[in-house]
Amino acid sequence: MKVVEPLIFEMSAPGRQAHSLPECDVPARPLDELLPAGMLRESPANLPEVSEVDLVRHFTRLSQLNHGVDTGFYPLGSCTMKYNPKVNEWVARLEGFVDLHPYMPEELVQGALKLLYDMERYLCEIGGLARVSMQPAAGAHGEATGLLIIRAYHQHRGQGHRKKIIIPDSAHGTNPASTTMCGYRTVEVKSDERGGVDLKDLERTLDDEVAGLMLTNPNTLGLFDENIHVISKMVHEAGGLLYYDGANANAVLGISRPADCGFDVVHFNLHKTFGTPHGGGGPGSGPVGVIEELVPYLPVPLVEYDGSRYYLNYDLPHSIGRMRSFYGNFNVVVKAYAYIRALGPEGLRRVSEDAVLNANYLMAKLKEYYWLPYDRICKHEFVLSGKRQKDRYGVRTMDIAKRLLDFGYHPPTVYFPLIVDEALMIEPTETESKETLDGFIDAMIQIAREAEEEPEKLHQAPHRTPVGRLDEVRASRFPNLRYRREE
Amino acid sequence: MKGHRYLPLTEQDRREMLEAIGVTSIDDLFADIPEEVRFKGSLNLPPALSELELVRHMKELAGANATVNDYACFMGAGAYDHFIPTVVDAVLSRGEFYSAYTPYQPEVSQGTLQTIYEYQTLICELTSMDIAQASMYDGATALAEAALMACVVTRRPRIIMAESIHPEYLEVIRTYTQGRHLELVTVGTQGGRVDLEALERTVDKQTACVLLQTPNFFGLLEDGPKVGEVAHKAGALFVVCTDPISLGVLKPPGEYGADIVVGEGQPLGNPLSFGGPYLGFFAAREKFMRRMPGRMIAMTEDNRGQRGFVMALQTREQHIRREKATSNICTNEALCALAACVYLCAMGRQGFRQVAELCLQKAHYAAERISGLEGFELAFEGPFFKEFTVKCPLPADQVVKDLLSHRILAGVPLGRFFPEMRNHLLVCVTEKRTKEEIDHLVRRLEGLA
Repeated sequence: MKVVEPLIFEMSAPGRQAHSLPECDVPARPLDELLPAGMLRESPANLPEVSEVDLVRHFTRLSQLNHGVDTGFYPLGSCTMKYNPKVNEWVARLEGFVDLHPYMPEELVQGALKLLYDMERYLCEIGGLARVSMQPAAGAHGEATGLLIIRAYHQHRGQGHRKKIIIPDSAHGTNPASTTMCGYRTVEVKSDERGGVDLKDLERTLDDEVAGLMLTNPNTLGLFDENIHVISKMVHEAGGLLYYDGANANAVLGISRPADCGFDVVHFNLHKTFGTPHGGGGPGSGPVGVIEELVPYLPVPLVEYDGSRYYLNYDLPHSIGRMRSFYGNFNVVVKAYAYIRALGPEGLRRVSEDAVLNANYLMAKLKEYYWLPYDRICKHEFVLSGKRQKDRYGVRTMDIAKRLLDFGYHPPTVYFPLIVDEALMIEPTETESKETLDGFIDAMIQIAREAEEEPEKLHQAPHRTPVGRLDEVRASRFPNLRYRREE
Repeated sequence: MKGHRYLPLTEQDRREMLEAIGVTSIDDLFADIPEEVRFKGSLNLPPALSELELVRHMKELAGANATVNDYACFMGAGAYDHFIPTVVDAVLSRGEFYSAYTPYQPEVSQGTLQTIYEYQTLICELTSMDIAQASMYDGATALAEAALMACVVTRRPRIIMAESIHPEYLEVIRTYTQGRHLELVTVGTQGGRVDLEALERTVDKQTACVLLQTPNFFGLLEDGPKVGEVAHKAGALFVVCTDPISLGVLKPPGEYGADIVVGEGQPLGNPLSFGGPYLGFFAAREKFMRRMPGRMIAMTEDNRGQRGFVMALQTREQHIRREKATSNICTNEALCALAACVYLCAMGRQGFRQVAELCLQKAHYAAERISGLEGFELAFEGPFFKEFTVKCPLPADQVVKDLLSHRILAGVPLGRFFPEMRNHLLVCVTEKRTKEEIDHLVRRLEGLA
């Protein structure tokens, strides 16, 4: 096999080094005097030996094989790949945020506690909530937290028999996976012809075993559920609670608040809605907020203020407990806090307006060329289908996605949501200019034309990326998950 | 509102775009939101700050904290003040890495994919395990997921946990297992280490796994081989939670029978950051490959004959498997894993061992000096790595408070976890602490007695 960039292990040569450490300044003793010989490692871990410059070049070259928001348009649906402001990276690296031990005496970390406290107030205001916990480390982690809160609430009221969580067929995969993790059973509810929750089907699922319903609103079709107030009434009358998956909150900042829609538990994805970087797959942050009635069940600790000082409160006897060590992804929260402060209330509303405007503009321009299964005003994203190209020219959505790579764009989310055949889920975000959108529109139109005229070009795409299509079947059938020297 | 630096659309753009859509105003785009759930008015948030004002404000908040650099820091207990070479942040600062997401499109994600593959390999090398996955949220959740995985693998309901595990980790396991019809059993300690006799009596045919942390919460090294033997005799899995830095000198868990090895990866190139983001590392025996939680990256080949990397075994994951997934984890701690990867490569074979030896030597020097003080003694006798528990002649809270004025963060008082241990102080000594700082600590402790 040709090698695009060697593995760091393949660059290793004995005796080379990128580290420099001080000499031991305490009287050193033989290791076997300090520890029983049987506990000692016999030979050092086989880590690479490289020079500093080679190390830097290796990782720099690898970085150049990546597409990121900093290198180009990234309309990955439901992931909100907006620009990550540089100033947030800079302020989050301030020593006063980075070099804090989580168990430092509270009087030494009043700035950090104040930031967490104020951030909680902001998210409460944005969501219409009573309290928010910053502990969950990601969206799915927030889902599990929220579901355990729902569980604790029912248990506390002698309703422990409620074991069903209703989830629309358009939902993210994390929703049913989180449901299982929390010992609940998933009951799927259908979407209606307008893309919202089918109320008749919802009626069917509601009984006294329902613990709650999880909903993304706008949903993964990018559509606001016009019946949300009806859904809320129905679920609550059946004794269930409403969970808001905040993955798509970028559409409704200052426009509609989840708790005002009847949601009882809400998670936000700070790495989507509030501009913190996605990091190649994390770290994210998934704060969970609740209405007043559910506050007793939030994870410990919460940050409190007694009028003169901020402190951590562990005294919540009905709390679900801890979801992770310490207080959450603090440094991610710092960035999201800076984001909210940079935008203010009008700016946040403008974020959602422009995100929705950009999505509708793309949709209006592209629906002539690709099938649009739900043809109505969308919110921050919309879902096209490559079905026309598949049926007429044998070109799959995967081919369209791969061809987009040749134009320098990251493809939309593909084959999701599952209820749309050959789905292309497009979320431009508010941080893209009209010129960028127009460039993308031109590429999509050209690809539609190529599908008709030279489908083979699409089947073979991408042509201009560092690597071509990869053999994923082999990767899973004969998994090579690590380098071994003898290979 | 006026223009904003993050929002490129001009008024002219907005007008043209609305026209292209065929509506007259932005409000028309929100006509589908029912009147009764619309938010009226303006969010009660502070007004927007210019970049200049924002930086000033954030510096003020940051400045309202003292940092570990203002003190000689002897705090550990799951979060460690290790040296981070500058190359780590230089790599992490590259927008191509941090502004990308999950590598769903491998053709334009080889950077992320190859670094995770390298990270997986490095974790395997440290732990002497066959396979590793791409990262969990932190050490605590990694341990909880390991326990859940063991229950699925063995089809047994009982999780046995040593009480010498970090108390916050035990709390997380309790939270994670709510509603799952699993049974949690805690085995107490003897001299700060898990009570082996009690453990032997507790492990049975219903036991899915035995969870052990070594070095444990009190800093002591547990008898890993013995605990592993007890677990295996009953057909249970042996899960080890460890400090990765300790593996520079300690025998890796893979060499004494561990089936799953997890731990907090923060010490590997990630700053303290007031508790997060951190990363959980997760390694296992090859036979558990298809039961692993989270992402795994595999080497493969492209249609041009080139080596490349992809997400593998995705049928375990939530986006494919939904309610039958092995875990709900999606977004993990990729950038923290990248930090760990760069850190381990920068330290290299010799440097990594040197870090561990420095910790070991300095911690033992400090322990010896402190235990020689009148009124102070080591709470436990067993072997330790970089942390040890000191029994003080006064409440440990008071010790910490008194030493602050001498620019020392003396350790973590254990009374917050165990009320009966209010005079116990957990002291951590990393390679960053100098002899001078240790001697300073000793002198000040002496002054307290």
